[in-house]
Amino acid sequence: MEQKNHINTFCLVKNGSISIDGTISYENRSLPAADFIKSAYKHFQINYPKFYKMDQLSRLAFLASELMLKNNPIAHNNAAGDIAIIIANSASSLETDEEHQRTISDKNNNVASPAVFVYTLPNILIGEIAIRNSIKGENTFFIFDKFDADFMSGYINSLLNSNKIKCCIAGWVDFYDKNYDAFLYTVEKDKGKLGIEHNSEQLKNIYNN
Amino acid sequence: MDALIDQLKGEIIEQLNLEDLKKEDIDADATLFGEGLGLDSIDALELIVLLEKNHGIKVANPADGKKIFQSIRTMAEFIQANKK
Repeated sequence: MEQKNHINTFCLVKNGSISIDGTISYENRSLPAADFIKSAYKHFQINYPKFYKMDQLSRLAFLASELMLKNNPIAHNNAAGDIAIIIANSASSLETDEEHQRTISDKNNNVASPAVFVYTLPNILIGEIAIRNSIKGENTFFIFDKFDADFMSGYINSLLNSNKIKCCIAGWVDFYDKNYDAFLYTVEKDKGKLGIEHNSEQLKNIYNN
Repeated sequence: MDALIDQLKGEIIEQLNLEDLKKEDIDADATLFGEGLGLDSIDALELIVLLEKNHGIKVANPADGKKIFQSIRTMAEFIQANKK
């Protein structure tokens, strides 16, 4: 019999609103994307100076992960190598790629910024979450047109059911041209506080509501 | 020298996105890496770029970096000694 896995916490960040486990915890619809993310970071009194060095994509992922993992500290409850991070998006790191392009295209000042350049890969955001939480398990970053609940649920259930991992931080984190959209969730074998069955339908329900 | 140190503090805060810090929070003699400002290897590269972009000075020998970037004061002394 196929084992059932569970979504035990989730965080959605989009359209000037942050919700954790289905409850809105912060709203500010008047701010542009970058300012909104920074204002939320301050609102929740997160203290991680490296946040300010991250690009917007990593800041968004970091913020969502911090808020979500406060509710379900899986990094404390599992061995570092048993936690996977599987995230996808559509725009890859295009926001930062373009910033890097602008820097090196300026004929009068074409010295590339190392701090910008290091974020010209989308999977760096996985590294930021992993470093913050001392996670050393499998990680993968996918690029899709849109959030693919069928693929994500199938892939992560397969990892869990084959005992390659014990839990997973998963989801969608996208940032490009003033648009941002983050949906992170944890998946575990055990039924936790929320205990929503991890399948395609439930992911679609949460993401679209 | 004091004016240059003050200018450097501002440049470092801006270039390294140290948004939590103000100029007066930074001790000119505190170590930049490790215990002091807690900068990392990417910050070290940014400081090299900062010297080139803002002051027109290239660090010719990477081995000198440890001495040059020990503190804001040592950076200022290096800039003053190598100003064209």
